[in-house]
Amino acid sequence: MNLVDSPQPQDWPKPLKAETRALSFSYGTRLALKNLSIPIAEYQITSLIGPSGCGKSTFLRCFNRMHDLYSGNRYEGEILLYPDHRNILAREVDPIEVRMRVGMVFQKPNPFPKSIYENVAYGLKVRGTTEREMLDEKVEQALRSAALWEEVKDRLLARATSLSGGQQQRLCIARALATDPELLLLDEPTSALDPMATASIEELLLDLKRRVTILIVTHNMQQAARVSDWTAFMYLGELVEFGLTKQLFTTPVKKQTEDYITGRFG
Amino acid sequence: MSAQSSSHPHPTIARRKIAEALFKVLGLCSLAIGVGTLVLLFGALVFQGITRIDWQFLMSFPSRHAAQAGILPAWVGSTLIMLVTAVVGVPLGVAASIYLEEYARRTWMTELIEVTVTNLAGVPSIIYGLLALGLFVYILGLGENILVAGLTLALLILPVVIVTTREAIRAIPVEIREAAYALGATKWQTVAHHVLPYSSAGILTGIILALSRAIGETAPIVTIGALTFIAFLPPAPITTHPPYVSFDWLLSPFTVMPIQMFGWVSRPGEDFAGNAAAAGVLLVVMTLTMNGAAIYLRYRMRKQVTW
Amino acid sequence: MSKSIVVMQEAIRIKKPDAIAEAATRRRTRQRREGAIEGGLFLAALTSVAATVTIIAVLLSESIGFFRTVPLKDFFTDTLWTPLFANPHYGILPLLAGTLVTSGVGLLVAIPLGTVAAIYLSEFSSSRVREVMKPTLELLGAVPTVVYGYFALIVVTPALQHLWPDLPGFNMLGPGIVIGIMIMPFVISLSEDAMRAVPMVLREGSYAMGATRLQTAWRVVVPAATSGLVAAYVLGISRAVGETMVVAIAAGQNPNLTWNPLEPAATITAYIVQVALGDLPHGSIGYQSIFAAGLVLAVMTFAFNILGHMMRKRFREVY
Repeated sequence: MNLVDSPQPQDWPKPLKAETRALSFSYGTRLALKNLSIPIAEYQITSLIGPSGCGKSTFLRCFNRMHDLYSGNRYEGEILLYPDHRNILAREVDPIEVRMRVGMVFQKPNPFPKSIYENVAYGLKVRGTTEREMLDEKVEQALRSAALWEEVKDRLLARATSLSGGQQQRLCIARALATDPELLLLDEPTSALDPMATASIEELLLDLKRRVTILIVTHNMQQAARVSDWTAFMYLGELVEFGLTKQLFTTPVKKQTEDYITGRFG
Repeated sequence: MSAQSSSHPHPTIARRKIAEALFKVLGLCSLAIGVGTLVLLFGALVFQGITRIDWQFLMSFPSRHAAQAGILPAWVGSTLIMLVTAVVGVPLGVAASIYLEEYARRTWMTELIEVTVTNLAGVPSIIYGLLALGLFVYILGLGENILVAGLTLALLILPVVIVTTREAIRAIPVEIREAAYALGATKWQTVAHHVLPYSSAGILTGIILALSRAIGETAPIVTIGALTFIAFLPPAPITTHPPYVSFDWLLSPFTVMPIQMFGWVSRPGEDFAGNAAAAGVLLVVMTLTMNGAAIYLRYRMRKQVTW
Repeated sequence: MSKSIVVMQEAIRIKKPDAIAEAATRRRTRQRREGAIEGGLFLAALTSVAATVTIIAVLLSESIGFFRTVPLKDFFTDTLWTPLFANPHYGILPLLAGTLVTSGVGLLVAIPLGTVAAIYLSEFSSSRVREVMKPTLELLGAVPTVVYGYFALIVVTPALQHLWPDLPGFNMLGPGIVIGIMIMPFVISLSEDAMRAVPMVLREGSYAMGATRLQTAWRVVVPAATSGLVAAYVLGISRAVGETMVVAIAAGQNPNLTWNPLEPAATITAYIVQVALGDLPHGSIGYQSIFAAGLVLAVMTFAFNILGHMMRKRFREVY
């Protein structure tokens, strides 16, 4: 059963920040992603939707080689990062370097048990930045981009865990932004937050996309409809449909997509 | 049990309740025997030994006259050996734990290492003494001195340090590690900047427990030639002439607190029993304090850490 | 340093060759450093393998020397152990008997007391009692063994002599009892773990049928936890057998082939201590004898440890 119907190249977004070509992935012997070819538009938000277990988080974690941390996983196919067309899944490519170009925000906010300042500065420290002024400047920039600066500027040395859930997640976004990533991955970033915090993060993302390409996994279809420019609908590890969010949600091509969107299964 | 016992339901239940009450008493008694022993033991030590503990006792050398005998070389020896044990055993144990938790893959070599660690934890301490005698004293020719004693005890506490350190490291959730990696940190950076600092309290607890065990060990130290009667102290580590630090004390003969106590207990006569008891009081106070500190640390940690 | 990162990131985007080469050099140094660190940590981990191998090697090599003089048959059948006498005998049986009798007494104390205490802690006691008892038992196990030896000689044996006036000053009963109390915390801890691993649903099924706590404990929990409990006992045996100072101080130093705990005897461990306290030239038969005795001890504890751990593993797999 071939559910894949990759859009023709002329329907694809331009310009691209990244592209997957026939990407497959297995956890040991279990094939979790099958032959995915999906474009990621530059300076736009692409969302991945689908029922639990469809592989969207697995797909996301390929982009920063997170799977390399655990043994028994295998990638097949390519993920090309533009403008250099580098295949970041190639074995010669050091995952550390990939992660220096691609940032990630996780489902449950996971700030380090350190100060707010230390959290945001960590990515910079790992890259060798040590001058205080440089760090201060970048930390402020990142916190402003994450719409958190005004709330924490007077207590940068306070523990990150003293912040509320929504603030912690914005801190994690700031932490990821501090190193000027080319691509920002977000794995269900608001599923652990209350509606108000969710709204503020969605607003933030709409602002951020002017500066960084965003790929977001969400189980909340309304969120995908509110926030993203392009949407990919996945099911059981395969791409069912990809297209402009507006189009996919109003006039989906595949019946399966329509069934999912209208809640006939989930 | 008949279901038609409606005319006499109470006796059966009453009987069962009595049995249960009896068992609870039994359980408490068993625990009381344990606790009681601890109290009795300490009480006996204090009763027989507390009067012996004075400045003279702490600062004198052993002597054939019980009243003049002291414990000076013993606690100096214990301290110096603990130094060597800690300097060698702690880094080795922590490094091995980091390797096993953060770096090792599921190969036969890793399995082998884990099996040997578990095994070593169950080896009687006197076998460590035989190991040290054969290897350190004779094959490596290091002699019978503080260095060898420290190395032996370092090996002895290695499994303890490894088990407690691994537990502390494992308590750190995966999300914290993933956050560090996602920011481009290398494995060692993640370990040094996050894993170790966040597990330091747990690691420290393990170290305290391990050293407390090492202080009380007698059998392996006897085997490598500790002396029960020693009339001199090891040379001081700090000297008055350049280079101001000396390592001669490592090669010095020695004794330790438990051995001194053992020596006195083995001598017939009331008087030395008093000395033995005094040494015992000191030993018990030391080890119980260290263990108590570790238990308290663990308790505080459990209340603080909210992963 | 930070400037070059910005330059490098720009370079990656524009593909400037020397900046890419710079990035490649940084990658190589980083990878080399990480590799060196991993290598060092691996060597540290190998220490435990090295220690195990050395123990086996040392025990075997000295024992081989020993058995060149002493025929194996004599070793296992002679009823006298007097290696340092003018007319030496090298039968391990007296030492073995000493070890087994003292450990046996210890287990007779530790197993019933420890199991009852464990059942009480696991099934009956309030959490407050448990909070207090666990650290106390831990402290009990933390007391140095030489102090327990003192206790056995100076307190327990005289107390026993009130009951049996003929009891000699050195005997196996006193130290045996003390060994039992010494390993009690260990047995309690492992037994409690085993019982706690039994899922609540089994207990709930029993309560739902109207059973009391005692009945549930005895008829449901203990049978379910049996293999875990037995594993705890087996590991306890290993501990008791390896105990040195208590027996060295209070059981006597004269090997004595007897199964009567009211007599003095020497254990394998006590013999090793006795010889080590004296002066024995390296390579002499006396020196080698402690390794031969040590080998027997090591084999025994190794066997019990392996058995105990395998049982524990299988028990945990069930739950």
